[in-house]
Amino acid sequence: MSDTAAAPDDLIGRTGEPFEFVVELGKVREFAHATQTTNPEYLEGPSPVSEATFLAAAQHWQTEKSNPLYGIPMDFKNILHGEQEYVFHGEPPRAGTALTGLQRVENVFTKEGKRGGAMRFTVIVTEFRDSTGKLVAEARGTRIETGQTPPKAEA
Amino acid sequence: MSTPTLPDKRVVGPLTVTDFVRYQGASGDMNPIHHDESFAKGAGFPSVFAVGMLNAGLLGTYLTDWLGAKNVRRFQVQFRAQVWPGDELTFEVSSVSERTGDDGSTLLDVESVVTRQNGDVAIKGQATFSTA
Repeated sequence: MSDTAAAPDDLIGRTGEPFEFVVELGKVREFAHATQTTNPEYLEGPSPVSEATFLAAAQHWQTEKSNPLYGIPMDFKNILHGEQEYVFHGEPPRAGTALTGLQRVENVFTKEGKRGGAMRFTVIVTEFRDSTGKLVAEARGTRIETGQTPPKAEA
Repeated sequence: MSTPTLPDKRVVGPLTVTDFVRYQGASGDMNPIHHDESFAKGAGFPSVFAVGMLNAGLLGTYLTDWLGAKNVRRFQVQFRAQVWPGDELTFEVSSVSERTGDDGSTLLDVESVVTRQNGDVAIKGQATFSTA
C-alpha cells in the first residue's frame, strides 16, 4: 500500500461530478452479445430492458472527474475488483432511458489479509436517477488495494 | 407461485481473449491487462486474464435466462479467483428461497457459484428476482 494513501475520513462521502448516461439500443444489443445471451427480452423491440450488469457501460459516459477519487494518488498495479452489486428499484432501465449518475465514496476500511499484509477496501456507490429525479438503480463496487504480488495462473 | 426448480448447470468456454475484448468494448473498460500480453507480463502476471465483470455478466445471463430479464432486482458478485484464457466456467445455482418483500410482493433470493475447470471458485453470487 502506498504511504500517500489518504485517510478514510477524508474520503468517505466524497462525490464526483454528475454524468449523463443514456441507455442506448445498440449498446444494449452489443452488451447482450458480449455476455453471450440470446434472450429475446434483450434483443427484440425498440426498447428492450438492459442486462443485469449493463450499468458497467456507464464508463463510456464518465470523465475522470466523475470519479470521486479523482486526484487521489494510488498504486494501480495492486488494485483488485473485490465485489460488485447492482440494485434495481423496479425493472432494469430500458433502451431509450436517459439517466444521471453520481458516484460517492461510501466506505473505506482496512483489513489484514489471510497471507499477511494490509488490504484497503474502498466502496464506491453510483446512483442512477431518471429525468424526474427518481432513483432507478444503484451500482456498488468494492475495490481492494493490496501489497501482494499478483497471483499465478493454476491449470 | 411455487419456488421454481433449480436450473441445470451451464458450462461456458473455453473463454478466449476475443471474448475478453468484446466485453471490454461493450463495457468501456479498456484496461490492457486483459488483452495486451506484454503489458500483463510486465505487471507480473503469467498472461492476460478475463475481466471479472465479463464473468459476472455471464452469470447474469445464466440467471436472467432462468428467471427473466425484467425481474432482476439485485445482482451481487464477489470475485474469488482469476479466470484465464482457455478456462471453462461452470455456472450453478446453489439455492433459491422465497420471501415477501416490503411491498408485499413475492421475491426469490438466489445463491449461485461460478467455478473454473479445476474447481476454483471464480465468483460467488447473490441475486434477488421479482416474481411479478
